[in-house]
Amino acid sequence: MKKYILDLNVKQISAPRPGYALLQLTDTTAALPPMAPGQFVEVRVDASPSTFLRRPISINLVDRQANEIWLLVHEVGDGTRAMAQLQAGDTLNVVLPLGNGFTMPAAGATTQDYLLVGGGVGTAPLLYLGQELKALGHKPTFLLGARSANDLLQLEAFQALGEVHVTTEDGSMGEQGFVTQHSLWNSARYDRICTCGPKPMMVAVARLAREKGIACEASLENLMACGLGACLCCVEDTTEGNVCVCKEGPVFNTEKLKWL
Amino acid sequence: MIDLSVNIGALALKNPVMTASGTFGYGTEFADFVDLNRLGGIIVKGTTLEPRQGNPYPRMAETAQGMLNCVGLQNKGVDYFCEHIYPEVRNLQTAVLVNVSGNSPENYAECARRIAALEDIPAIELNISCPNVKQGGMAFGVTPEGAASVVKAVRKAYPKTLIVKLSPNVTSIADIARAVEAEGADAVSLINTLMGMAIDAERRKPVLSIGTGGLSGPAVKPVALRMVWQVYDAVKIPIVGLGGIMNATDAIEFMLAGATAIEIGTANFIDPSVTIKVIDGIQDYLSRHGFASAKDIIGAAH
Repeated sequence: MKKYILDLNVKQISAPRPGYALLQLTDTTAALPPMAPGQFVEVRVDASPSTFLRRPISINLVDRQANEIWLLVHEVGDGTRAMAQLQAGDTLNVVLPLGNGFTMPAAGATTQDYLLVGGGVGTAPLLYLGQELKALGHKPTFLLGARSANDLLQLEAFQALGEVHVTTEDGSMGEQGFVTQHSLWNSARYDRICTCGPKPMMVAVARLAREKGIACEASLENLMACGLGACLCCVEDTTEGNVCVCKEGPVFNTEKLKWL
Repeated sequence: MIDLSVNIGALALKNPVMTASGTFGYGTEFADFVDLNRLGGIIVKGTTLEPRQGNPYPRMAETAQGMLNCVGLQNKGVDYFCEHIYPEVRNLQTAVLVNVSGNSPENYAECARRIAALEDIPAIELNISCPNVKQGGMAFGVTPEGAASVVKAVRKAYPKTLIVKLSPNVTSIADIARAVEAEGADAVSLINTLMGMAIDAERRKPVLSIGTGGLSGPAVKPVALRMVWQVYDAVKIPIVGLGGIMNATDAIEFMLAGATAIEIGTANFIDPSVTIKVIDGIQDYLSRHGFASAKDIIGAAH
């Protein structure tokens, strides 16, 4: 997929929860280029010596009608905090779309059941994935985990796309515990599982998927510099050796990873 | 019409702007952003005789106006390059150079010999300055004798343009430059990364998997500029300058300090199209100051 360097316009910025920012960006000069669920963008955060490198952020949603791309940002460092301070009307320089997305059902396939398992801000790319699956006539089911009800993001948007199951560590919403302890696994029958979130969660999901014989893909978040496969900093040790998460991933079939 | 071309020994470049090894892949990764044929040259990533897995993750840490890396020369080996990459890049209308590394003079020389057989690779950059590998790399580049031993072996095996990339992690870079010039190097490039480290205070551990790494980016520019300045006074062979070049002004400063050509490295990560902006900016500068040729500003600050 062709990559672009774009100056996007911040159309709207909101805080779905304290410590998180949702940026709705648009290109005022052209239609946004093709982007696939699971791909990411590299954001240029200006002006601070400590935000020298671009920040890789997954694509939360693409709204073709509004010509918008959404980025959901968890404020964890100087770069993401600076992004959360942006105002409507500001310009944000991004490189997109980067990496390979989740495997979509073959054209003309019968209805596929996808289980999308997300934790924390890792739920972000699953919204776009769910939207595209639904648009193609498939069935996304969401299993979302968080520390508490306060940490669950964009629940209503997920509910508009499919069934949503929730676990919280403190039991403040849904079933108490981790996503891998949810009761839906007892009767799990899915064609494919896609997961994004903290690595221990993805490892546990990948193990469960293997036990149940379900194909599983995980989206990795290794530290990155270039985002283009040039600097070789973000490597993951796989069955094919060290490969760049930015170029060969960020989505990997979990059987290729040395986690299991 | 301003003449942007420069010569590194027998190697003619259409303009002074090349990409630094390990920051531009094989060029193809940047083809969506840059017309590769406009570049003065592309120096592809560090290549060794045998394939190397490089160092474990994490290999990168962001620093104030820069970054540390400890990639450790991950590459699929020279034969893979010859068979799979060379056919993809040989017809580019720019100079494609290979950065060569090794762990003994013989091993460097054999790698260089295999590259010499490739008709459309006009030059190599010999990496005697990688700070991130245990064997070889910088070990050769920190003494005049070590540097000379590698250049001597490679010079016998490699008849085309030989550029030697120097380490800044030395007491006198001018001494190293003189030693490699004496062994027949056609040019020197400098600087490779400055050895540094980052520590995670919360975890009380180094950030990088092997503890230390190489610092690059604007943070190192004044050091690099000073070294180009000193080496220009020490040797007669051309200098390729690099270290924290982010824009045309930075590139011009290196040329004024004595660089015949420059390399852009870390800046490619911030703006993948930066190389073209630097070429255009050098042209604007020459025009604004009434120079007919890029060659006119080489060493002009001395």
